[in-house]
Amino acid sequence: MAEVLVFVDHVDGAVRKPTLELLTLARRIGDPVAVVLGGGAGVAAGVLAEHGAVRVLAADAPEFAEFLVVPKVDALQAAVEVVSPVAVLLPSSAENKEIAARLAVRIGSGIITDATDLEAGEEGVVATQSAFAASFTTKSRVSRGAAVVTVKPNSAPVEAAPAAGVVEELVVVFSALARGTKVLSRTPRESTGRPELTEAAIVVSGGRGVNGAENFRVIEALADSLGAAVGASRAAVDAGWYPHTNQVGQTGKSVSPQLYIASGISGAIQHRAGMQTSKTIVAINKDAEAPIFDLVDYGVVGDLFNVVPQLTDEVTARKN
Amino acid sequence: MSLRIVVCVKYVPDATGDRHFADDLTLDREDVDGLLSELDEYAVEQALQIADEADDAEVTVLTVGPEDAKDALRKALSMGADKAVHVEDDDLHGTDAVGTSLVLARAVEKTGYDLVISGMASTDGAMGVVPALLAERLGVAQVTLLSEVAVEGGVVTGRRDGDTASERVEASLPAVVSVTDQSGEARYPSFKGIMAAKKKPVVSLDLGDLGLDAGEVGLGGAWTVVDSAVQRPARTAGTIVKDEGEGGKRLAEFLAGQKFI
Repeated sequence: MAEVLVFVDHVDGAVRKPTLELLTLARRIGDPVAVVLGGGAGVAAGVLAEHGAVRVLAADAPEFAEFLVVPKVDALQAAVEVVSPVAVLLPSSAENKEIAARLAVRIGSGIITDATDLEAGEEGVVATQSAFAASFTTKSRVSRGAAVVTVKPNSAPVEAAPAAGVVEELVVVFSALARGTKVLSRTPRESTGRPELTEAAIVVSGGRGVNGAENFRVIEALADSLGAAVGASRAAVDAGWYPHTNQVGQTGKSVSPQLYIASGISGAIQHRAGMQTSKTIVAINKDAEAPIFDLVDYGVVGDLFNVVPQLTDEVTARKN
Repeated sequence: MSLRIVVCVKYVPDATGDRHFADDLTLDREDVDGLLSELDEYAVEQALQIADEADDAEVTVLTVGPEDAKDALRKALSMGADKAVHVEDDDLHGTDAVGTSLVLARAVEKTGYDLVISGMASTDGAMGVVPALLAERLGVAQVTLLSEVAVEGGVVTGRRDGDTASERVEASLPAVVSVTDQSGEARYPSFKGIMAAKKKPVVSLDLGDLGLDAGEVGLGGAWTVVDSAVQRPARTAGTIVKDEGEGGKRLAEFLAGQKFI
């Protein structure tokens, strides 16, 4: 059977959920071969094998952490030469899209980003994508080379499918540009204890209507009662009420959770672009005319400072 | 020595308009107004600030697009860029990201550059891959997704805010930089700037000028194919209630019914 390379996102061997989702999609196309860069391959291999990786190609070198993007492109290119895959799949993230882009040009392949579904087609891998603020659904494929595709989190269920997962060393010869962009320092983001925004099953977001950084506590309390991630609209981020890393929308993160709760967000096109593919959408807003209400499964016209705390109490009570 | 900065910008359909696909599954440009991609305004702004700090610098704004794309160049010129390059050719219709990076690379090389700057992504395709593709094509360092950027002594440094960490990064010129919407508000063109822009040179180039064949670009030369584009069905109207004191409780009932609680 054809082999499919799956680029593994991990932290010291702890594999992130979007990679496990990717293995589910990869198995539809062929035999998944995982590529793990940096330390912790031994730890990662167990989980990857449980989810269908027939082989695990591992490479560790200081270059992966000390320089931007290109060392990882060099490694994936080496993996492509070892395996001759029909597709190379990466979880969609800003950095992974850059890695995918450079790899695609190197190996003469077309590239598709932010796929929401994959299937094996007669003429190769067919990817589903959203376009124009998710108002269109497209089906695309690459017409040249192995399909290089980045896939959005929450695009497939995580499924166990035990496979051999034999770990093999991947030999990487770094290119002339590998040390071109140096990482001088890295400050890890402080953990909030909440799920990662793009991976979360539930997202609770606040916007202009939250009216102040302090008031985001109301949004956070609801998120914590639901085990949800916290998002923010651009208006709230630009006002300095919440960090940019939590921004949902065209210039922030694109999310596609099971449940999206928008509080005090009017629903400008830029915001809708980042959340419109959420499965169930709920909004709370004072303004009955707000465009967000066109998208909702359930909307409450009212003051979020009354509705949200009441909802939080009710969620907490029901969970106990 | 003069610092040559090329800013790559895109002319995009207005996101507030009714965007859709044409019969050949490319963007339909007929029914919606175009403008300079908002995210590229940040790139123009950073280029102008870097040029101001340098002893001697020139800012060239470059776009690949149809006749109307000149509007995007004029906007950038009126903000303060020195000159413009417009790559325009009927055979470019339907060019994908990989093809666009080839055209941009040739145009940038022809123009001459020490530093290329662009926005983090276009506001239409939104792939966010062109800066990396361009760096690969040019064989230079990429210093991308920066929320802060500075150039001094032939070295570009910046801050890259990722999902898990914030990094300080640096590379020697030549390099490709992309900036985020956190890099600093873009200036509005002044009346003087708008008047001055009318006199600034706009160089037009076609595929022949760049040594490219029609088969390397356009729909035919694309390495990706869109097989179908279907408008998502409008969401069926949801339940909307007015809060009269029990709004939170009623919402909780809805969420419980959907098994979220």
